[in-house]
Amino acid sequence: MRRYRARKLVNYFGSGLALLCVMLAILPLGAMLAYVLGQGGTSLNLNFFTHLPAPYGESGGGMLNDIEGTGYLILLASCVGLPIGILSGIYLSRSTNYRFANTVRFFTDVVAGTPSIVAGVVAYALVVIPTGHFSAYSGGAALGLLMFPTVTRATEETIKLVPTSIREAALALGLPEWQAMARIILPAAANGIVTAVMLGIARVAGETAPLLFTAFGNPNLSFAPSNAVGALPLEIWKYATSPSEDLHRQAWAGAFVLFAIIVILNLIARLLTLRLTARVGTG
Amino acid sequence: MEPDAAGTVPSAEEVRDTTDPHTATEVPRTHAVTIGRDRSLAVSPAGSIAAWPAEIRQPLREPHPPARSFNVGDRLFSWLTAAFAGLILAVIAVMIATLAWQSRVTIQLYGLSFLYTSTWDPVHNVFGAAPAILGTVYTSLLALLLAAPIGVMVAIFLVEMAPRRVRTSLGFVVELLAAVPSIVYGLWALIVLVPLVRDHIQPPLIDHFGNTPFFSGYPIGLGVFTASLILSIMILPTIASISRDVMLAVPNSQRDAMLALGATRWETTWKVVVPYARSGIIGAIVLALGRAVGETMAVQMVIGNTQSFNLSLFNFGTTMPATIVNQFTEATGETYLSALIELALILMIVTIILNAIARLLVWRVTRVAGS
Amino acid sequence: MGATVRAEDISAWYGKKLAIRDMNLEMKPNKVTALIGPSGCGKSTFLRCINRMHEVIPAARVGGDMWVGDQNVYSRGVDPVKVRAQTGMVFQRPNPFPTMSIYDNVAAGPRLSGKTRNKKELDALVERSLRRAALWHEVKDRLKEPATGLSGGQQQRICIARALAMEPGVVLLDEPTSALDPIASYKIEELMNDLKEEYTVIIVTHNMQQAARIADFTAFMLAGEDFVGELIEYADTKTIFSTPKDKRTEDYITGRFG
Repeated sequence: MRRYRARKLVNYFGSGLALLCVMLAILPLGAMLAYVLGQGGTSLNLNFFTHLPAPYGESGGGMLNDIEGTGYLILLASCVGLPIGILSGIYLSRSTNYRFANTVRFFTDVVAGTPSIVAGVVAYALVVIPTGHFSAYSGGAALGLLMFPTVTRATEETIKLVPTSIREAALALGLPEWQAMARIILPAAANGIVTAVMLGIARVAGETAPLLFTAFGNPNLSFAPSNAVGALPLEIWKYATSPSEDLHRQAWAGAFVLFAIIVILNLIARLLTLRLTARVGTG
Repeated sequence: MEPDAAGTVPSAEEVRDTTDPHTATEVPRTHAVTIGRDRSLAVSPAGSIAAWPAEIRQPLREPHPPARSFNVGDRLFSWLTAAFAGLILAVIAVMIATLAWQSRVTIQLYGLSFLYTSTWDPVHNVFGAAPAILGTVYTSLLALLLAAPIGVMVAIFLVEMAPRRVRTSLGFVVELLAAVPSIVYGLWALIVLVPLVRDHIQPPLIDHFGNTPFFSGYPIGLGVFTASLILSIMILPTIASISRDVMLAVPNSQRDAMLALGATRWETTWKVVVPYARSGIIGAIVLALGRAVGETMAVQMVIGNTQSFNLSLFNFGTTMPATIVNQFTEATGETYLSALIELALILMIVTIILNAIARLLVWRVTRVAGS
Repeated sequence: MGATVRAEDISAWYGKKLAIRDMNLEMKPNKVTALIGPSGCGKSTFLRCINRMHEVIPAARVGGDMWVGDQNVYSRGVDPVKVRAQTGMVFQRPNPFPTMSIYDNVAAGPRLSGKTRNKKELDALVERSLRRAALWHEVKDRLKEPATGLSGGQQQRICIARALAMEPGVVLLDEPTSALDPIASYKIEELMNDLKEEYTVIIVTHNMQQAARIADFTAFMLAGEDFVGELIEYADTKTIFSTPKDKRTEDYITGRFG
């Protein structure tokens, strides 16, 4: 009986310990969120979205150039990352060559863990060195390398959620394989594909390291793919490491916007996934 | 669909080899199985004769060759998707090849000694990566030491203790935190954590343990300690969310069996769930190690960036990614740039190895549970 | 007018595993032929050999010849996709395309295969198919609604209408009522009686009573000791159920089997 009581005590103690660890984990993460939301929220104003950065030493200004640059870079990265990601995901979902498919899966997962700085160095070596200048497309290439693994695996998973009976119904009607995929299966998995795209964009939107020596940063608006462009994370980094309180506030505002973008992308992805599983589940 | 006789019977290939030569010549290679009536006993393990058919008679016709596609769209479609899948492998090969080619100068110049010499002197063009490598290992392991126990406990809480609703919402928050960009962590570390460490953590530690090699130095805030701290905060969501996934893959029947024996929740967790998911949890930790090794911005912002290695946590230091970020744009000269790109190459190879190990470990748990 | 379906020495493999062997039978036009047998005897596999759906499964192979009308669907140079387009198939569970409306589901085959894209023709075709599937009156006012909103029995009839819209000569049904309630099943059974006016109807069923009710001819399949399915007996339904020739058929229909 005493032994039982001891075991019960261990049980309570253990549960308490687990709860304590949750607190320990939440504390810094919660503090960080509080700072981003608090500092960022109060530092944010309309100028942030409509003005270029103020010249050094002056207060005010915004990050219009960086917002534009981040959007531009995401667009360029999507041109690289989405075709590779979606098409290879389709391949993996229907491949009968298990050995090759598993190899691709394995290396996709492995490359997903490659440090983003490495993608930056590769893009530098492959694009910046030959062209001789920093550019938006070199930044897009670096981000594209980071984007596709997420998209590949998410696309594969989402297509696999569509029941085989749907595919068989399409084939039994006499549709060729590619039409069954393009006209029946992909539309059925549309939510999931959008989710894959969202996750891919969220993966790269906040990246700094790969842009340092590719997109480089630009204090002005730039729409030429061969010019250097700004990016929110780059500007946050520049401002954070500067000694001025004013610039720190701008950095917080930038962090807030970046964070909001990523949360929204993830939320959309999450909601779409819920709807997809709900629909396919009853179908 | 068909009753499964596998496990008690030899495979089709083994069986075919035992076929006597007269029938074997008639058997097309693609055919299933032919066994002589008298041989079925010989190839069946004792006692399982009933499970194995006495004979599989050959059908009259051979199978048609696989239907080739008549549809141009189909052929284009399978070719295109396969090409893009193959492109992934090509991309990885190109990445490694590019890095190796661009760092050829230092690879030829230093060979392996690049890894263990510690002089990093751009002025005289002498490069040894030991401080950066050691700094990376040191900060990553320290971060793991802090984050792994807490992360696993958070996963245990989420899977074994939290009510369902708490599990899903907290789980989503954990995943979201894994998606927060490292620049945001870096910003917070630099502006909030550094002063906190400087004013409230370092002074007492230096007062009490200042004579040990680990806590000597001055309270500056920046340094290896703060870098490890922010790293541990950053990798915690990774450890927690993947450990949670592998623990969720543990079948409930396992838990029920233990609980039915009169075990408490805590005992069930540690004697059944954690052992069952062990390799997956280790995988999660290795994956987090990979993250820590490659983490760039947050570390670079708080580690102080000196090309030296010191055991003291309160000293400045550097890591491989931090070195690259700090010096890349000012790297003049072939050797300098080559040295930095070689760091990226090392980083890529190390993280590929770590990720490969982690993937294999995690797949082992989730696959077994899934099938 | 349906087409005669004749199997000559049809065998089927899953990878290296032989599943059915040497099936020889002729299924007559404007009749309902039922394939019965215990589960695992290969009756669905055989059905899928008729329209080359078997090969959709990776590494699955077929041997022998299958004549649909005067065409051998396994002869060299025959496009499996075309074979499937000329044959209607209905599956165990209703599987309407989830993203499409009722109308689009029925129109999917002709529209996507390029058979007709003309709006008027399509409208007529959809109406005709839905009428044949005895569903027109139930859905004619909500053709634009998603097909997944219908009941299970209605969904299955949508799938039948979808197959009929390709104007096939042969309709294959793979246990079409196994996921339906008795009333919905009854409607499908009634429907089959109408369908044979125009098509060759071949149905796989695990339900002997159903075969006895609706089929003109019945084929009994059984997997022997080697787990390979074979045709045991094939005759008109009355004979199979009253005076079977084979002992194994008798055992099965009297419930003395497995």
